[in-house]
Amino acid sequence: MNWRPSAELDALRARAALLTDIRGFFNAREILEVETPLLCSSGITDPSIEALLVERGASLAAPRYLQTSPEYAMKRLLSAGSGPIFQIARAFRDGEVGSRHNPEFSLLEWYRPGFDQQQLMSEVAALLELCLGVLPCHRRSYRQWFIDLLGIDPMLVSVAELEAFARNRLDPGTLSGDKDLWLDLLMSHLLEPRLAELGVCFVYDYPESQAALARVEIEGGVAVGRRFEVYVHGLELANGYHELTDAREQRQRFERDNLRRREHGLPERPLDEHLLAALEYGLPDCSGVALGVDRLLMLATGSDDIREVLAFAWERS
Amino acid sequence: MSNYSTNEFRSGLKVMLDGEPCSILDNEFVKPGKGQAFNRVKLRNLNSGRVWERTFKSGESLEGADVMDRTMEYLYTDGEFWYFMEPDTFEQFEADEKAVGDTHLWLKEQDRCEVTLYNGSPLSVAPPNFVELEIVETDPGLKGDTASGGNKPAKLSTGAVVKVPLFLSQGEIIRVDTRTGEYQGRASKS
Repeated sequence: MNWRPSAELDALRARAALLTDIRGFFNAREILEVETPLLCSSGITDPSIEALLVERGASLAAPRYLQTSPEYAMKRLLSAGSGPIFQIARAFRDGEVGSRHNPEFSLLEWYRPGFDQQQLMSEVAALLELCLGVLPCHRRSYRQWFIDLLGIDPMLVSVAELEAFARNRLDPGTLSGDKDLWLDLLMSHLLEPRLAELGVCFVYDYPESQAALARVEIEGGVAVGRRFEVYVHGLELANGYHELTDAREQRQRFERDNLRRREHGLPERPLDEHLLAALEYGLPDCSGVALGVDRLLMLATGSDDIREVLAFAWERS
Repeated sequence: MSNYSTNEFRSGLKVMLDGEPCSILDNEFVKPGKGQAFNRVKLRNLNSGRVWERTFKSGESLEGADVMDRTMEYLYTDGEFWYFMEPDTFEQFEADEKAVGDTHLWLKEQDRCEVTLYNGSPLSVAPPNFVELEIVETDPGLKGDTASGGNKPAKLSTGAVVKVPLFLSQGEIIRVDTRTGEYQGRASKS
């Protein structure tokens, strides 16, 4: 047993300074800081994210989920007329442990009514410059990154071609799956390492199947999700959307998620009816983004292991 | 054998992959925020010694391999097999040429070796890091020449050839680092 902190005291001081900088950034822009519940009555339907459950306690009529992000609660605030808001919150994701993952981590999430994804990307770039200094910055669509760095068009390529491409360069063994699985494999194993040399890289307009909670529009003849990701030195740092505001479409996506969960033998999750009712009432046109604070701190301190920036990493908490 | 899931993969864990016993060297959890989680695993094939990197879906599992490392005493060779004995139980094991490989160049009777057993049979044999062996063949020693940096080949009792300083002669016992094949010094008198 080791009772000592995982992080050096210097890293904890850097964390405090970073949080001060972040709050200064949003205060200067008159964005309201909010707090929302960590324990929620609905979880997340996304098949690639598993929530942790709290099952026992006198206050619990039913099990509650530790939030995987404060997104749904913050959208309810936006629907209620909050205007631009930000939050620095703890989030929890089951099974995610590694040099870049801790099951409990800090998310900075903010929403900008009236912004599209390009405007929000510019604001993310400004925050990164404040926290990390000036770095080279590249902004290209998902499709363009694949074409430029791997020489394949992710929107038009077939599953068989993708699989063959991956098998020529990697050993995926018995891996099998749909197009998104192969795209995720190429993204994480081949593209990310290439982005590592390029400073700050924005990737936007994801395949429709990976739109998650972003609105879908036609771009260059194909349907794309108005979603973006930010990589800094190859480390995935933030994920943002020009938010889907259509309640019916949102319900269908949740139901589709649960269908995929069933197909993969995963437990289905109750839909967040609070969120759906808020969308029904009216979510203002807005963009939002979630950024990993621990990873931002890794970049600010030059660390390559998340444990070095957490007071007590998972094994010691 | 029990099964191990990707989140139990640790360096040193022995698993079966494509019918071959492997030792896990490294396991990296890779997951895009909104996508499929993978484990990028580096393994050493214990049969071939080859190291390779395989990607799994997180949560997949592999069967454990019945592989264990034992310290054993080297007994002798009959030219075809090399015989080792478990010092506690006196149980004997025979290792073939494939398992012994180049290690035979360092095997001296009664030395302790690390024998890796797979399904109860020797899969590989690692010699002690340092062995003391007799020089059986080398050019005559140059008496008093302990200063000049030159060296010469010397054949040892096991057949290994190592470079030794010029002043050493046939019949002397020297200490060798088996990991590098380098001469370390004269064996301490016992």
